[in-house]
Amino acid sequence: MSGPLLQVEDLHVWFDLPDGGNLHAVQGASLSLSKGERFGLVGESGCGKTTAILAMMGLLPPSATVDGRILLEGDDILAGGDSSMRPHRWTDIAMVFQGAMNALNPVKTVGFQITEPMELHGLASGDAARRHAGELLEMVGISADHADRYPHEFSGGMRQRAAIAMALACNPRVLLADEPTTALDVMVQAQILQLLVALSNDLGLTLVLVTHDLPVVAEICDRAAVMYAGKIVETASMDALYHDPRHPYTRLLFAAIPDPQGKEEVVSIPGAPPRLDRPLVGCPFQPRCDRAFEPCRTTCPELRTVDAEHAAACHLNDPALMVSS
Amino acid sequence: MSRAAVEPVESRPLLQVDGLVVHYPVSRGIVGTLTHKPRQRVHAVEDISFALGRSEMLALVGESGCGKTTTGQAVLRLVDAESGSILLDGRDIAKLEHGELRPLRRRIQIIYQDPYESLDPRFRVRETIEEPMLIHGIGTSKADRHERMVAALQRVGLHPPELFTERYPHELSGGQRQRVAIAAGLVLEPELLVADEPVSMLDVSVRAGVLSLLDELRRSGLAILMITHDISTAAHFADRIAVMYLGRIVEEGRAGEVVTDPRHPYTRALMSVVPKRDPRDRSTPQILTGETPNPIHVPPGCRFHPRCPVAQAVCSTEDPGLEAVADASDDHRAACLFTRLAGPGFPATAAPASTT
Amino acid sequence: MSAVIQHEPSATMQSSARRLRTAVWQALRDRPSAAAGLVVLLLFIAIAAIAPYVAPYGLHQKAGPVYASPSSAHWLGLDDGGIDMLTLMMWGARVSLMVGFAATVVAILIGGTVGVAAGYFGGRTDMVLMRITDYFLVIPDVPLMIVIAAIWGPSFSHIILVIGLLLWTSTARIIRAQVKSVRERVYVKRAHALGAGHARIVFRHILPQVAPLLVANTVLTIAVAIFDETALAFLGLGDPARISWGRIIDFAVNGNAISYGAWWAIVPPGLAVAMVILSCTLIGQAMEDALNPRLRVAHLAARGFRLGRIPLEAE
Repeated sequence: MSGPLLQVEDLHVWFDLPDGGNLHAVQGASLSLSKGERFGLVGESGCGKTTAILAMMGLLPPSATVDGRILLEGDDILAGGDSSMRPHRWTDIAMVFQGAMNALNPVKTVGFQITEPMELHGLASGDAARRHAGELLEMVGISADHADRYPHEFSGGMRQRAAIAMALACNPRVLLADEPTTALDVMVQAQILQLLVALSNDLGLTLVLVTHDLPVVAEICDRAAVMYAGKIVETASMDALYHDPRHPYTRLLFAAIPDPQGKEEVVSIPGAPPRLDRPLVGCPFQPRCDRAFEPCRTTCPELRTVDAEHAAACHLNDPALMVSS
Repeated sequence: MSRAAVEPVESRPLLQVDGLVVHYPVSRGIVGTLTHKPRQRVHAVEDISFALGRSEMLALVGESGCGKTTTGQAVLRLVDAESGSILLDGRDIAKLEHGELRPLRRRIQIIYQDPYESLDPRFRVRETIEEPMLIHGIGTSKADRHERMVAALQRVGLHPPELFTERYPHELSGGQRQRVAIAAGLVLEPELLVADEPVSMLDVSVRAGVLSLLDELRRSGLAILMITHDISTAAHFADRIAVMYLGRIVEEGRAGEVVTDPRHPYTRALMSVVPKRDPRDRSTPQILTGETPNPIHVPPGCRFHPRCPVAQAVCSTEDPGLEAVADASDDHRAACLFTRLAGPGFPATAAPASTT
Repeated sequence: MSAVIQHEPSATMQSSARRLRTAVWQALRDRPSAAAGLVVLLLFIAIAAIAPYVAPYGLHQKAGPVYASPSSAHWLGLDDGGIDMLTLMMWGARVSLMVGFAATVVAILIGGTVGVAAGYFGGRTDMVLMRITDYFLVIPDVPLMIVIAAIWGPSFSHIILVIGLLLWTSTARIIRAQVKSVRERVYVKRAHALGAGHARIVFRHILPQVAPLLVANTVLTIAVAIFDETALAFLGLGDPARISWGRIIDFAVNGNAISYGAWWAIVPPGLAVAMVILSCTLIGQAMEDALNPRLRVAHLAARGFRLGRIPLEAE
């Protein structure tokens, strides 16, 4: 197919705060995903990545206000609010939630929990649904006869696989995975990542992997976007992000990860992300940045293309500003 | 970062654990009790031994169910050992009665994994740090305690202390809460700190700060037993690493050496699946099948043999102990029959983790 | 030295104590029924408190004919002894409420202690205490009260004790469950690892978490205590020297008020008991809802977000 499969344009999400005012959780995020692509959305707690993907599913509470466009093969599915998003939920875009392995219904069999969305969306029912559920379980590495078992009979890794099978119940084209391996042992994590790669290759599934764990994204994703304080600050191929980061946060984030073989000092970034309930002046990362200069305090940098398929929101990439400072 | 070799301050290590065994009984339920079903036991820790000196950090590394957390709890006497000795400065604390444990609580402190749960939400920072002093009768007066509290806050990097003393935990970030927890332990002037996954719930950008703090404390004399699943962190900050699997130590040695030249198949597999930052660093991961078995049903022979990529017939009958590996430092040991027999260069089914 | 760390308080949080007060206030505001209940309860308490000073007539003063109907002089008419009903109601409020509150104090003290001990120590202590609790729980309240009151003899303090001894069980169970859960919290384990003794852990770490639930439970217990007192008094087992609402109903039934058509002798006391119990129940439930966020389900509505744009102020 020609154009991108899923595009997010200038997404904004505000949450109402109990004492009035609002929290600007996502501030103008834009993404473009092609079919079969594995894309990473990386950031630390509070950066807005989970909110962004919940917005892509339309799963935000009544206290949220959303603006922007979400284009599925060119059609803006956000335009009609919940009613225009609901038909695509699970059938086109599905999600594996954070801690999904612990959120399985304990009183229903795993098989039931996979067939349930199929029946709800009218895609299959009865025996056909059960057969399909069995196939999905096999696809995620669980024997089909386990469909009649309950979640507590599964190990943590198997429950996560079951959660992935549930997400695939209606043959979606995009799978959003929110911290799918965070609570798992490193060996089980490797198994699940291997599974996600296989599913993406075999089914042509577009995968959006949301996590704070950069090396995980480096392992399986082709491209990634780094989020900070509600904004996307850099987006590029994994190779470019590591070898040629154009935003100090990206560079520092990589440097904060201990490399078992490497001998470099591990850094920490002093300070904390800014509050999102107040308007910000200048670059949101400036207070913590090790290379901030004059324009950073006054002007918020735009996300600009700096290279082929590489964009960053940092004044250091702007030759005009560098000359004049 | 090259680690300067740390010479022990005395010849006797501060902590010497020998043959530690910890079992948990599994509840049989009423039917089981009535039918006299044999009581099953979780073999959480099965005969482990290690030593830890002052100004030294030992990392217990392993996945869930390996027994690392239980080991930490046993050292603190928060769980009782079935057998084995735990010598603190030569004195066996495993044999102490529960009533005699209070002085021990001053000398050994613990940092928990969850910074959001480990502080009482109703206590201000000041009260959290004062509490251990009140329990152990430290500080001659309120003013003296206040001074000690301020000193502890400064030591953990919370400047200026006045900004933090009146805060409640929910007004602090995760990294700050961990520092408060550390400060609350420091006022007791402990000799040993057990850090149970101290940074795994913190943001990546904050982790190094807390770990550097622990490293600083280590340099000033504190012995640290770090429990973690993250071998990369252990490699960077610990002096020595002990890799645990199903209740046993399967490999131990200097941190740098264990990760660059792993000699136990489990350690090799672990190193190969740890995700790497550099997308160009692509080695074939050695992904083991299945998950760590239930500690209730321990396989016969070598505990790892059902999942071991290079297991031989003898591995299902003989249970190897820790032996020194050939052509490496004296203190590098592994519990594998083939490491002992074959020496370095023993073929693994995939390339080892270290790429040159 | 490690880097300086500055951090500003999160916009959405409040201290837990303030959060509790706000939650309770919010609960009362969100539920006008609970607020109304509070007003009614306070009104009854006020009337009971000042009864000796504002009662229109004497408690034993025969002010007119038997079962005289309500009039401007006697708003609630007269009872079978010619005594002013309004006066009786006011004095009756004192006994009904006092017995209710006192019995509740007994129940909460016993139930709270048993619950904390069972929840905190667990093991054999828990088993023994819970078996005792179960024995008390399965005994039918009113028959036992009748038997005990008949044996001990009716008196003010006996009634309070009897009611208290039978009401503590539900408190014990609720407190035990809460203590068990709080005991597993990491900060409690940490206090133990620091060397804190049982007393410190229970009083400084566990009770503050349990107290709000205890308060809500207390309010609900008051409702039951007042009902029990009314029942006992109605059956003639109340203190013969004192007037309570239950006793008023008892007199009315024995004095054939129904065949006389003297509704004013029966309805007011019954209505008063019902209103006090209802008020306590509304307040108690509202407090429980406010303190247990899991009972609220509105946040589970994952959809229903709004489309729109909030203007950016500084750009």
